[in-house]
Amino acid sequence: MAGKTLYDKLWESHVVHTEPDGAVLLYIDRQLLHEVTSPQAFSGLRAAGRKAWRIDANIATADHNVPTTDRAAGIVDPTSRLQVDTLDQNCAEFGIEEFGMLDPRQGIVHVIAPEQGLTLPGMTVVCGDSHTATHGALGALAFGIGTTEVEHVLATQCLWARKAKSMRVWVEGALGQGVTAKDMVLAIIGKMGTAGGTGYAIEFAGPAVQALSIEGRMTLCNMAIEAGARSGMVGVDAITIDYLRGRPYAPVGRIWDQAVAAWGQLHSDSDADFDAEIHLDAADIAPQVTWGTSPEMVAEISATVPDPDQETDPVRRKGWTDALAYMDLQANTPLSAITLDKVFIGSCTNARIEDLRAAAAVAKGHHKAASVKLAMVVPGSGLVKAQAEAEGLDRIFKEAGFEWREPGCSMCLAMNADRLEPGERCASTSNRNFEGRQGAGGRTHLVSPAMAAAAAIAGHFVDVRDWPAK
Amino acid sequence: MEAFTVLEALVAPLDRPNVDTDAIIPKQFLKTIERQGLGKHLFDAWRYLEKDGTQIDNPDFILNQPIYADARILLARENFGCGSSREHAPWALADYGFRAIIAPSFADIFANNCVQNGIVLIRLPADVVDHLFHEVAANPGYRLRIDLPAQEVQTMGDSRYHFPMDAGHKHKLLHGLDDIQLTLQHEEAIRTYEAARRQAAPWLFRDGV
Repeated sequence: MAGKTLYDKLWESHVVHTEPDGAVLLYIDRQLLHEVTSPQAFSGLRAAGRKAWRIDANIATADHNVPTTDRAAGIVDPTSRLQVDTLDQNCAEFGIEEFGMLDPRQGIVHVIAPEQGLTLPGMTVVCGDSHTATHGALGALAFGIGTTEVEHVLATQCLWARKAKSMRVWVEGALGQGVTAKDMVLAIIGKMGTAGGTGYAIEFAGPAVQALSIEGRMTLCNMAIEAGARSGMVGVDAITIDYLRGRPYAPVGRIWDQAVAAWGQLHSDSDADFDAEIHLDAADIAPQVTWGTSPEMVAEISATVPDPDQETDPVRRKGWTDALAYMDLQANTPLSAITLDKVFIGSCTNARIEDLRAAAAVAKGHHKAASVKLAMVVPGSGLVKAQAEAEGLDRIFKEAGFEWREPGCSMCLAMNADRLEPGERCASTSNRNFEGRQGAGGRTHLVSPAMAAAAAIAGHFVDVRDWPAK
Repeated sequence: MEAFTVLEALVAPLDRPNVDTDAIIPKQFLKTIERQGLGKHLFDAWRYLEKDGTQIDNPDFILNQPIYADARILLARENFGCGSSREHAPWALADYGFRAIIAPSFADIFANNCVQNGIVLIRLPADVVDHLFHEVAANPGYRLRIDLPAQEVQTMGDSRYHFPMDAGHKHKLLHGLDDIQLTLQHEEAIRTYEAARRQAAPWLFRDGV
């Protein structure tokens, strides 16, 4: 009999009940709540006169709507303010711990939960947010859910689910200098397509994945959803344990030792079978730039914008044609010739300390191009911001003409005041280049933090591997 | 939730692959703390134009064509509903009046959210979907009949296409059920599981750390 995958182990350890038709009642260890997808869930509980099943399983923060400038001034937009106030009131009423807007631990929910040790290996983690897969980097089964399911988890600590198929994405070799986890995951999505992972739970494995820090693994798992998979995960190893040791909500003493012993099992057995396998060689991966309106529309920096006339599949051809029209790009334009209006470094994909260090290393001693109207750096959390400031990264950015902001989701989805104006073109370290994602009519190119910083300085995309270090 | 058995209705075609939930309902409408009233913002960026500072219907957008005004079935392409987990997408679709969507494939989270809101998702092979796009274009006022108990799409010309459906989802849609009530029938099993888990892995409980 074949061994078990990591996904098998995580799934089986959370089955509360199985229906005759195979539907499973799955236990949820941790729910993360934010202001956008929770108000209707709390209203539902209230209307039914229900309480939260297990208060300590939940943690909340406001991230999508919060301003990234002067926090003390509060939120100007009354609808945004009402949503954040509603979260505060709901958490107070139901007894749920919240990192409020002025708490130094506040930040993007997918940055703060690992940072606090609120995400632990072996957990099931859910959130009303598709980028919940991020937490799989710590050997957890993590996936995004809708608001009705948020209410269901609050009320029952469980979800009805069916086991997904398993896929292993194996990345051989080692990433080259200047090539990051972001480039790896964009290359994977380019290969699989945005629906390639639909119906699957993806495990990322292989030497190039094992070589990544937890921050890098989070970037990788974060974008599993952009390949269609609800969850992405990486097996537990020494890097995972080292990351968690001493985190505020991680166990200590005897319980820590007991936990570490249990976490040692959280990897796929060597003889485990997967329903699908994809192999890449990290050495073949170059810095990536998206050119279209779907993350699968991606190419390496040395490439040109593809020509829809060369695509034989009619649905794809139409997709490319629509994308180029929206992006205002001509076929066969070199990606390095694309000029930018704005640059955004942030989001749950790339706003951790390692990301800011990589961007700062590129920006150091340079200044943003005059043609770039705004280059902004939005740390993933208050603690990331404090760490970056302790390392002097904020000074590097400011001297380079970048704006240094307060933590939140910001211009990844532009629910707060940070957004693209119609027609503006942005190099962004976020996860989605959908039409209008960063502001109605805005045009998004997804890249790594180093590539974004280099684009801000050059005014157009450049290959960061050729960047002169200062 | 409204139960779904059989629906015969007008079909509107949306001929693009990978329609994401940002397109279905843009971020500026996610600030609501209500579930209702999102239908007027469905496909907002495609549906409306700004003219002289006021919003007008975009005459080029398919749903603005008067012949599709009463459509209750949306015909779509592959990977419909990809991206963000926002349940505002099915809330907007349902509030607009769509009760069923036909496509070759749907994104996983969106599919789950639709079941919670009584929207029937019908997966048909890409060549069948392609054929239906041609039929809709060729026959103004094109209607389809969706028979959920039989899991069939029936044309007025009496072609029948069987579609797959999760048995649990089907039951829920047919009866318009609320999950929480059903789940709480397993309250003892949840408590038993939880007690064993607390014993085996106390670090997963914050009072156990």
